[in-house]
Amino acid sequence: MSAGDAMHPGLNLGQTDAETHARAGHDLFGFWIFLMSDAVLFALLFATYGVMLRGTAGGPGPADVYKLLTAFVETVVLLTSSFTFGMASISLKHARGIAPITAWLGVTLALGLAFLAMEYNDLATMVGDGAVPARSGFLSSFHALISLHGLHVLAGCLWIVVMLVQLCVFGRDGRVKINMLRLGLFWHFLDIVWVAIFSVVFLQGLAR
Amino acid sequence: MSDPNRGRAAEIATYGIGYGAALALTALAFGLVSWAPFAASTTVRIVLGLGLVQIVVQFRCFLHITLRKSARHDLQLILFSALIIGLMVSGTLVVLLNLHHRMM
Amino acid sequence: MTGAALLGRLGWQSLAFVRAWQDPSLNTLIAAGAAALVVIGAVAVVALITLRGQWRRLWREWFTSLDHKKIGIMYVALSFVMLARALAEAVLMRLQQATAINAPGVVDAEHFAQLFSTHGTIMIFFMAMPFLTGLINYVLPLQIGARDVSFPLLNAISLWLTAAAAGLMMASLVVGRFSTGGWSGYPPFTETGFSPGVGPDYWIWAVTLGSIGSTLTGLNFATTIYKKRCTGMTVMRMPLFVWTSLCTSILMIFSMPALTVATALLALDRYLGFHFFTNALGGNMMNYANLFWLFGHPEVYVLILPAFGIYSEVVSTFSTKELYGYASLAIATIAIAVLSFTVWVHHFFTMGQSANINAVFGIATMAIGVPTGVKIYNWIWTMFRGEVRFTVPLLYALAFMMTFVLGGLTGIILAFPPLDYLVHNTLFLVAHFHNMLIPGLLYGLLAGYHYWFPKAFGFRLDERWGRVSFACWVVGFYLAFMPLYVLGAAGMARRSSEVLEPAFRPWLLVAGAGALVLAAALAALFVQLWVSVRHRRANVVPAGDPWDGRALEWSVSAPPPEYNFAVLPHVAGRDPFHDAKRKGTAYAEPVRYAPIEMPRNSAVGPILGALGGWAAFALVWQIWWLAAATVIGMIATVIARSFVRDVERTIPAETVARIERDWHETLARSAPTTRDFETTAINRGLAQVLA
Repeated sequence: MSAGDAMHPGLNLGQTDAETHARAGHDLFGFWIFLMSDAVLFALLFATYGVMLRGTAGGPGPADVYKLLTAFVETVVLLTSSFTFGMASISLKHARGIAPITAWLGVTLALGLAFLAMEYNDLATMVGDGAVPARSGFLSSFHALISLHGLHVLAGCLWIVVMLVQLCVFGRDGRVKINMLRLGLFWHFLDIVWVAIFSVVFLQGLAR
Repeated sequence: MSDPNRGRAAEIATYGIGYGAALALTALAFGLVSWAPFAASTTVRIVLGLGLVQIVVQFRCFLHITLRKSARHDLQLILFSALIIGLMVSGTLVVLLNLHHRMM
Repeated sequence: MTGAALLGRLGWQSLAFVRAWQDPSLNTLIAAGAAALVVIGAVAVVALITLRGQWRRLWREWFTSLDHKKIGIMYVALSFVMLARALAEAVLMRLQQATAINAPGVVDAEHFAQLFSTHGTIMIFFMAMPFLTGLINYVLPLQIGARDVSFPLLNAISLWLTAAAAGLMMASLVVGRFSTGGWSGYPPFTETGFSPGVGPDYWIWAVTLGSIGSTLTGLNFATTIYKKRCTGMTVMRMPLFVWTSLCTSILMIFSMPALTVATALLALDRYLGFHFFTNALGGNMMNYANLFWLFGHPEVYVLILPAFGIYSEVVSTFSTKELYGYASLAIATIAIAVLSFTVWVHHFFTMGQSANINAVFGIATMAIGVPTGVKIYNWIWTMFRGEVRFTVPLLYALAFMMTFVLGGLTGIILAFPPLDYLVHNTLFLVAHFHNMLIPGLLYGLLAGYHYWFPKAFGFRLDERWGRVSFACWVVGFYLAFMPLYVLGAAGMARRSSEVLEPAFRPWLLVAGAGALVLAAALAALFVQLWVSVRHRRANVVPAGDPWDGRALEWSVSAPPPEYNFAVLPHVAGRDPFHDAKRKGTAYAEPVRYAPIEMPRNSAVGPILGALGGWAAFALVWQIWWLAAATVIGMIATVIARSFVRDVERTIPAETVARIERDWHETLARSAPTTRDFETTAINRGLAQVLA
C-alpha cells in the first residue's frame, strides 16, 4: 500500500507524513466506528420524532414553531464551518507552521459558536412562546433531537479549543495530527446530521 | 501525486466543489419550501431526496469516501450502518404508525 | 432547605437498616440483611487488603493496568461477585413462590418486584456482559497474534465504567430502593406518576453507564480484529471465537445506542417532565417497548454468540479434530448477527399491531433458528469419529447442545403469534429464556472459564469439583425450569409475588428445590477455585499447552508474558499452533530479541469510573452540585489525558530474552503428556504430539 492511498475516512495525510499516516489508519477506524454508533443514536431519535409528530396534544405543531429563515441561516453557517474545517485540515497536511491551521480553526470555532448562539436563541424564543418540551410529545422529541445535535456541536467547539491549545503546546506532532483528523470526522459528521435535521424536521414541517 | 502542491490544489478544489454543491442543494430545498411550486407531499419527497443527495456529496467531498479499493472497509461500514439504520427507522415507523392507525 | 441542596433526596429513611429498625418484619430484615452483607463484605475486603498491605500493589499492578489480560481477569472477577448476588436473589424468589401459596411468604410484593428487577438487570448487564467481555479481552489478542487490543486505555475505561455501574447496583441495596419495573423498565409504570422513588433512577443510570462501557468495548474489539491480526491471518483463518467476538462487537456497536436512547428519554421524562412515554400529552409508551427491544434482541445474540465461539474451540480441541464446516460456522454467525436486527417485534406480539406485521416478524424469528441449527450440526460432526475427551468444558458443551435445542423448540412455539398470545407473560416465557441463556450463555462462559483458566493463571482447575459443579448446574437447571413450562402453560403469570392456585404447589416446590441445587452449583464452583488454588503446585502447566490446543493462545507460556508474543507470529492456516506442533516448528527460539513497546499504566480508568459512579449516584439522589462537579471532573480528566505524551514504555530486549529463555528452559524440563493423562498432575502443559 503506497503512502498516497486513502486509509481512512476524511483527509488522509498520505505522502506528507507517512509515519503518522500509517498509524492514523488504525486509530481513525475506531473513531469512525464510534461515529457509526452515534449515527444509530441520532437515527433512533429521528424515528422517535417521526412517531411523535402527531402527538401535539392540542399544543403548537411544526408549522407554528419552525422558522424557515433562521433554519436556512443556521444551515449555511454550519455548512461553511464544515468547509473552513476542511481548509484547516489541508493546512495541517501541507503548511509548515501552525499559523494557517489555527487561523482556519479559529474561523471554524467562531462559526460553530455563532450556530450555537442562533440555535439557543431559537429554542429560547420557542420556550418563551410556551412551546416547552413538557407541553407535548411532539415538542419533547423536537427539543431532544435538536439539543442532542447542539450538545454535539458544543462538544466539538470545546474540542477545537483543546486542539488550539495542543497546537500551541506541541506543534504538529503525530498525536496532534491524529487528534485533528478525528475532530475533522466529527465535525463533518455533525454537518451531515444537520442535513438530515433540516430536511426531515424543518423543511418537512414547513412544507405547505 | 509526487508534487505535494498539486495534491493540495486538488484537495482544495474537492472541498470547494463539495461546498458549492451543498450550498446549491440547500438553497434549492429551502427555495422549494419557501415558494411552494408543488403540492406539499411532492415537496417533501423532493426535499428528502435532495437531502440524501447532499449527504452523499458531503461523504464524497468532505469525508473522501470513494469507491477505490483502499477505502472499501469504510464504505462497507457505512453501507452496513445504513442497512441497520434503515431497518430500525423503517421498522419503528411501520410498527408504531400501524399501532396508531389501529387505535384511532 | 440547605439539607436538600446538599444531599438531595437522601435522608435517614433511605437506609435499609433504618427501615428495618423502625419496622422490624421478616421482609425489612431480609433487606437489611442483604444490605449488611454488602457493607460487611466491602469492609472485610478493604480491611483484608489494608492488613496485608496490598493497596499499592493492587493499584500499580491491577487497577491502573492497561494489560488486556489483567483487565479481562478483573471483568470475570466482577461477574462472579455479581453472579453470587443475582443467584441468591433467584433462590429467594423461588422460595417466595414456593411458600406464598395463599400465604404471605417471606417478602412483600414490593420487595419481590425489586428482586426480579435486580436479578434480571444484574444477570444481563453485570454478570453476563462482564463475563463475556472479560473472556474476549483475555483471549482475543492472544488468538489473533497481537500484543494488546487497539485502544488499551479505552479498554480500562470500559471496565471501570462497568464496575461503577455494578457498584451502583450494590449501593441500591443499602441506600434507597431499587426499581420494581423489571429488567426492561417499561413505562408508564416507571414514570414518576407510578414510581416516584429513586428505584427507576438507579436502574436508568446503572444501565446507561454499563451500556456506554459496552459500546466502547464493542468498538475496541472490532477495531482490534480488523486492524491487529498478525501476518497471514486472513479473515477465513481466524479462530471461530474471534469470528463470534467480531459479530458480538458489531452487535454491541449498533444495538447499544437503542438502549441508551430508551433510557435517556425515560430519564428526560422523569427529570425534566418530557412526554416521550407518558400516557398523557402525546406520549407514546409503545415506542419504549420498540426502542428497548431494538436493543434487546440483538443483545440476546451479544450474549450467546461468544458462547458459540467457546463451544467451537472446546469441541474441536477436546475431540482432537479440526472444526467441521468452518466456513458454514462463520457464515452462520454472520447470518445470526444480521437477522438478529429483524426480529425485535416478537417481544411484543401482543401489543396490538396488525396480524400481518406479527406474521412477518414471526417468520423472521423462525428463520433465525436455521443458522443456529447449522451450528449444532457442525459441532456434532466435529465430535463424530473424533477422539473425544470428556473434560469439564466438553461436558458443558454436551449439556448445552441437548438443552439448547429444547429451548429452541419452545422458542419456535413462542414465535407463532397466536400461540404467543396464549403463553405471553407467563412462566412459560421465563422457562424459555432461561432455557436459552443458561446453556447458551452460562454453560458456555463456564466452559471457557475452565478451558482458559490454566492459560491465565498457570495451573489447572480441580477436575473433580468441576464435575460436581457441572452436575449441579445441569440438574439444578432442569429441576428449576422444566416445572415453569408446565406452570406457564397452565397460565401462571410471571413475576407473581403470591400464588392463588394450590394445584401449582408441587411444581413450585420442585422449582424451589432446583434453585437450591443451582445455589449448590455456584458454591461448588467457589470450592473448586479454593481447592485449585490450594493445590496449585500439583496442577501447574507452565509450558502453556495443557489441552493440546490448536490456536495461537496455546503457543505461549502460562501465564503469558505481558507482551504476549516475543516475536509477532506469522500464520499460514486455520489451526496454526496445531500445525506447527506437527511440523516441529512450534517453540522455535528466535535468533534475536527486540525491545517491545507497551502502554504505560494509567489512572484515568479508575478515575473516570469513580467519577462516573458518583455522577450516577448524584443524579439518582438529585444532588445537583455533586452531579455537576463529577461530570466536569470527567471532562477535565479526558482533556488532561489528551495532553499526556509519555504513554508508552519499552521493555528492553534483554528482559524479553531473559523471560523467554526461562520459559524455554521450562519447556526443555517438561515431559510431554499424552491426552490420557491431561487431567492428572503429570500434565505440565507440554503436549505429546502424535504425527
